[in-house]
Order: sequence, then C-alpha cells, then structure tokens
Amino acid sequence: MDWYIILAATIKIVVFVFLVTLPLVAMSVWAERRVSAAIQDRVGPNRVGPAGLLQPVADGIKFLLKEDFTPNHVRKSFYWLAPALTMIPSLLTCAVIPFGSQLFGEKMVIADLDVGPLFVFAVASLTVYGIVLAGWASNSKYPFLGSVRSTSQMISYEISLGLSIVPLLMIYGELNLGRIVMEQAQNGWALLPLWGEGLSVKGWLLAVPLFISFIVFTTSMFAETNRLPFDLPECETELVAGYHTEYSSMKFALFFLGEYAAMIIGSGLAVTLFFGGWSLPFGWLTPESLDAEVPFWHGLIHIGVFFGKVILFIIFFIAVRWTLPRFRYDQLMKLGWVVFFELALANVILTALLLMWLK
Amino acid sequence: MTFLFFIFAALTLFGGIGVVVNRNPVTSAFSMILSFLGLAALFIQLNAYLVGVLQILVYAGAIMVLFLFIIMLLDIPKAENKRFPVFTLGASVVVVVSFVTLVIAVITKSGVGAAKLPAIEAQKGPGQSDVHQIGELLFSTYWFPVQIVAVLLLVATVGVVVLSKRELK
Repeated sequence: MDWYIILAATIKIVVFVFLVTLPLVAMSVWAERRVSAAIQDRVGPNRVGPAGLLQPVADGIKFLLKEDFTPNHVRKSFYWLAPALTMIPSLLTCAVIPFGSQLFGEKMVIADLDVGPLFVFAVASLTVYGIVLAGWASNSKYPFLGSVRSTSQMISYEISLGLSIVPLLMIYGELNLGRIVMEQAQNGWALLPLWGEGLSVKGWLLAVPLFISFIVFTTSMFAETNRLPFDLPECETELVAGYHTEYSSMKFALFFLGEYAAMIIGSGLAVTLFFGGWSLPFGWLTPESLDAEVPFWHGLIHIGVFFGKVILFIIFFIAVRWTLPRFRYDQLMKLGWVVFFELALANVILTALLLMWLK
Repeated sequence: MTFLFFIFAALTLFGGIGVVVNRNPVTSAFSMILSFLGLAALFIQLNAYLVGVLQILVYAGAIMVLFLFIIMLLDIPKAENKRFPVFTLGASVVVVVSFVTLVIAVITKSGVGAAKLPAIEAQKGPGQSDVHQIGELLFSTYWFPVQIVAVLLLVATVGVVVLSKRELK
C-alpha cells in the first residue's frame, strides 16, 4: 500500500497548497486593497472582472511581464536565492495544519505529526533568512537596515510566540494538531467553552490563561509576519521599502506573496489552536472520535468551515493593518521583551497553578 | 526509503564541507544551516521527530541567525590566502588523526554489519509521542542535570554581560 500513501499525500499537497493556499494568497491581496479602500472611504480596484475579482490575475501578469532587473552592485547568487527562501518555508508549514476532518476515510492533513506546532515554529523561523539575505545581498544601505531590523524583531518575537502557546499545550496535554482540534470540537473551543466538558467552572477558569495566550500569540504573529503595526523592516517613510528595495518584477512579487502566505498560515494556526479548526460550534456534525467514519458531505462542510474561519481571520489581520499606526522601533522591542515575554511566562505559571488547583 | 537517507546524508556532508572550504563567512554560515537541515532530516527518518524539529528550531532557526547577524554587522572580510601558524597546523593534524583512529577502532571492534546494537525498549504507553517520553524523563530521572545545565547557561549569560559592560567603561 506504499503507492497509495504517496498518491494520497501528493493529491493533498497539490490541492491544499497549490490549488487552495496560493489562490487564497492572491485573493487576500485583493481583499487587502478592497478592505483598505472601504476603511478609507474609497472604491478600490473594481474594474477587472466582477467587483474587481480578477485583479490578482492582472497583477500576476503584470509582475511576470515587467523587466526583471538585477542591479550591478548586488551579490548575485544570494540575491537570487533570497526571494525563494521567503516563500518556501511559508508553504512548507502547510504540511501539519489539519484543514478538514476526513474525506473518503483519509485524514485531511498532509503530515499527521506529533510535534505539529513545533514544526510550524521551526520552519517559520527559517523565513528570516530570506529577509536577511535579501538585505545583505542587495549591498545597499536601506535594505541592509531593513534586514537588520527584521532579524532582531523576528528573534525577539519568536520567544513570546513560542511561550504563548505553552499554556494551551499544557491544558490539552497534546502536541498533535489533529487531536487538539478533536478535543476542542467535542469539549468547546479554547476561547469559547460553551459545550461538552468545557461548560463547567473548570472550563471557564482555564479560558482566562487561554485568552491571554491568544492575545500574545496574535500580536507576536503580526510581528513575525512583518505586518503593520510592526512592519519596521519595510517601513517606507524611513527605509524606502526596506529589504526588498532593490528587487523588481517577479522576485519582488515573491517577497510580497511570501508575506501573505505567512499570514494565511498564521491565521490557519491561530484558528486551529484557538477556534477549533474545522469544527462547527456546539458539537454539530462532530464525529465520535478521530478514527470514526465521517460522511462525505460532513467532511466537505468541515473543510469549508476551516477556510471560512481562516478568511475571517485574514480580514481581521487586514482591518488591524489599516486601523493602527506604526510603532517606533524602540517601542516595538520594549513591547516584545518587557511586556509580552513576561506576560507569556506569567501565563505559563498561572496555567500550572490553575491546573494543580483544579485537579 | 533508503534513498532519502543518502540524499540527506549527502546534504549534511556537502554543507559540512562547505563550511570549511568557503572563503566568504556568510557562505560558510549558510553551508552550516544546510548541514543542520540535512541532520534534522536524518533524525526525523529515525522517528526522532522532537530532536529533528528542535535541531531546526534552535540551531538553524535561532543560533545561526545570530551568527549571521554578527557576521553581517561586523562585516568580516573574506579570508585571505595566508599561511597558518605551525602550532595551528599541528593541532589540527593531531585532532584529525585521533578522530580517524577512533572511528577505525570502533568499526573494527564491533565488526562491520556483524554486531547489532541492543534495541532500546520503547517506554511508550498507547498514544504517547516521543515528546511525552523525553519530557517525563527530563522532569523525573534527569531533573538535577537539567537544573545544572540551566544554571551553567545563566552563568554564561551573566559573564557576557559583565565582559561587555567592562569594555564600555
């Protein structure tokens, strides 16, 4: 049955990564422009196709057809490598996110690892190399400043990002994302313990540390994906465009798309950890266990629910970007090291005390 | 899946050689990251998911970023073709010779392909991952060494702060 496993994995990779996530990246660029337009009382791109829905296609063609210019003063091989290095890790992390329950008796996750969140953090921590390399290889001052900022920012916020989900892992006692989702489907989402065993004093008390860890997690996610209010690496008022100043055409587009891909995966992880992944609220259509048979149309609904939640989260990301002003760099570092690091640590201790007390 | 082993072993060795051979420190650092990635893949092939993932998370994802950061900030120039001091050359020859002797001794002693290492009994309960096992061992049997290592790291951190502060004055 070896070929069967390989075939199933290949189909899942092609469909989930290339036919769903990549178009979702393009659509979120469109959504970003439309939402920002709505927030600023403008119209936004509405000419290409119905409601401007084909705008991503037009953008893509434009990026591919523009001149791919390599400046003379760059370090060539690293300059070419950098855009790929920002895009690849973002797409690799898709491997462990469960995007549905089951379809044809096949679990809807590419790799059912027992170290799910750790894998995501490990691979996501490699995205920093793309940015560092872009800044260094460009061999000019603004990109270099941008990449130095980005390195220190990403390292600082990786710590609070990692620490922020420790309480969640302590409560579920589990590192397998599929089983975490199943637990939430049956006993209430992490932030919404309204049914099953979650509807108890214990469930509600434990929702307090989970809420704190959600706040820390989401904020750190903004910093990790270099998005406003934390987009200091490419802050245009100070650094022209930061690390991708010297890039043009499709190489620039890869940086751009890598940022959105990271945002989508971040949303996927947040939805999986805190909002019950593919599950519907109140245990509707929830299978008995992970191995129980799931009817075909239930499976389809679960996949739809997952992507619905992810899209809502992306719109939240976009709305925040167009609402908050940019932080100053020292404020950003202070927030990371003095507030969030301590908050996440205290949260771990609080969770441990609560778990001991409630046992 | 033996061919995967060969691919990743080749990647690890290729990266390792790249660290030594390259004149440009940034290229060396990237070769080292490549080597770590190959090593992580080898661990994962041995079903040691946690070790493999930590290899990427800690070494490739954090420590090497700091290395690169320092290399880029200090702007270390390419190494020139200078002659090594006799002492350095002698020391490296001693290290290489003793390592090769060690490897040969181990291989001849065990006999290639003849002896099998004793199987390690898995202490897994049903549905327990290797993360559970490692965590339990670290916090029960090995809690004291873990604390010692933590204190050691703290000493190193304090030492760095003291040294760099002295230079400021």
